[in-house]
Amino acid sequence: MTQAQLAQGTSPLLAVRDVSVVFGGIVALNGVSFDMHKGQILGLIGPNGAGKTTLFNCLSRLYQPSSGDILMEGISILSRPPHRIAEIGIGRTFQNVALFPNLSVMDNVRVGAHSKTSSDIISDSLRLAWVRRSESSVNDKVQEILAYLKLEDVAHTVVSGLPFGTQKRVELARALAADPKILLLDEPAGGLNHEEVYVLGDLIRRIRDERHMTVLLVEHHMGLVMSIADHVVALNFGKKLAEGTPAQVQADPDVIKAYLGSKDQ
Amino acid sequence: MSAAEDVVTEAPAVEAVPKRAMTLGTGTSLLVLAALLIMPVFVKNFIIFQMTMLLIYGLAVLALNILTGGSGQFSLGQSAFYAVGAYTTAVLMEHFNVNYALTLPIAGVVCFAFGFLFGQPALRLSGVYLALATFALATAMPQLLKLNFLEHWTGGVQGLVVTKPDAPFGLPMSQDMWLYYFTLVVVIAIYIFSVNLLRSRSGRAFMAIRDNEIAASAMGVDVALYKTLAFGVSAAVTGVAGSLGAIAVQFVAPDSYTITLAISLFLGMVVGGVGWLPGSIVGAAFIIFVPNLAEGISKGLSGAVFGVLLFLVIYLVPHGARQVAILGQQFAGKLRKN
Repeated sequence: MTQAQLAQGTSPLLAVRDVSVVFGGIVALNGVSFDMHKGQILGLIGPNGAGKTTLFNCLSRLYQPSSGDILMEGISILSRPPHRIAEIGIGRTFQNVALFPNLSVMDNVRVGAHSKTSSDIISDSLRLAWVRRSESSVNDKVQEILAYLKLEDVAHTVVSGLPFGTQKRVELARALAADPKILLLDEPAGGLNHEEVYVLGDLIRRIRDERHMTVLLVEHHMGLVMSIADHVVALNFGKKLAEGTPAQVQADPDVIKAYLGSKDQ
Repeated sequence: MSAAEDVVTEAPAVEAVPKRAMTLGTGTSLLVLAALLIMPVFVKNFIIFQMTMLLIYGLAVLALNILTGGSGQFSLGQSAFYAVGAYTTAVLMEHFNVNYALTLPIAGVVCFAFGFLFGQPALRLSGVYLALATFALATAMPQLLKLNFLEHWTGGVQGLVVTKPDAPFGLPMSQDMWLYYFTLVVVIAIYIFSVNLLRSRSGRAFMAIRDNEIAASAMGVDVALYKTLAFGVSAAVTGVAGSLGAIAVQFVAPDSYTITLAISLFLGMVVGGVGWLPGSIVGAAFIIFVPNLAEGISKGLSGAVFGVLLFLVIYLVPHGARQVAILGQQFAGKLRKN
């Protein structure tokens, strides 16, 4: 039995409760519910337009659900503005890499630690002792993460010039810098080749195990989701289609129909 | 995302500089500092006055650089902050007999508040729209300073005459020379604070917002707060420059602070290299001396000559003094190898 399965009985780390999102007349999400337990890798799958990204954006507070609730450790996150999501332990990466292109790898990762630290413009301008201490502990943390993700060689390189695969790792490093409890990964395999996807899957599992994080993986790449997720939620047309272990979801007739179409059509 | 936001986040409308490259090396800094310290001893008072103005405009360009190069926000309204700083000093000195040195921090605080408050409505705008809003501020300021009910304090259209301070402790130097050194100390202190700020957590937040607002917000950066803070800091520094300007020129009047000044400062930033702090002084030199140079070439067509010179600079070195510095560095590197 894995750690995740043992945790099933306890209260969920993140609970999505009956969430609906309506844009104008279009229902992008329709009463979706599921739980995420500590230590899980939860795969969120579905064809294009299924509502995966909409749900993801509700979690990072870019969209406001029309109804329903999202609870982090039992407390609703819906009254929080987007910039106050990182501080409760929700970190994310972006579908098409949203780094700070003119900053170095190190500075990108340092920004990741923003929610973990505090400062004000006067102390920063004067470089007061407590600011220097805080900066040096941030630097230690950043060094450790860069080593963990094998990014030391490019630490001082400006990110815009780096290959796409490396940029994706920088984004992961930036998310890790805040020590999130939950890591939201939006299509991390997009644009990677077969071998890179395999390495990525391994890395996500390592991050879960070694850094004690819970991972929500939104992904098109079936192979990746089915090989690393403990639990899979399948969406289609804004509704939850199926939920269960990778094997259960793969065998679900509705899921097969959504992906391959049925004979009746 | 609106088209306005695209200007800042997608197209590199603001040519950003990596953080390490924002400053000069220690050797170069010391050399520049030594030159600035020794120079006044050998030149006439009028040249010293011009160098003081160079430092003051350099400070105002630096302030704009923090805003635009740091946080990616445009401003064509810097003349308004400069005016508020200048008038704060003039009114305090002439009506309340406050010591000139004390008026600088007061002007800084007043302008910080003004810039921070102006930043609130400006939050909804970005790119060219923000530039237009700040343009409106710059256009309105001279008229506001002429308002009747303020006339008792501001002197209305006439403006106010400011007394030039003598050198303290009976130091044997002219008023101009004293003011030069006083300005130099203030400018260097603010330059160091600005470098510290841009290298700090707050500075990284500014630059993160400049590069990608949504990602910055996901990392916990309060985008609205830091954008207004950038406006506040920029306004405060501009205000201190305005204060020094009022003392150096010994006069404030509404028509000294028109949109022309704001555009000059913007020009100075571009010529110096957006986001490259040492370029501020080069940009300031451009806006002070090149118009005179143009007049020397042709009295009747000085504007056209200035235009051609500006065009040449932008055509040859689009990234301004920063580009020249980088080319110089590469050249020096090559020489060292041979």
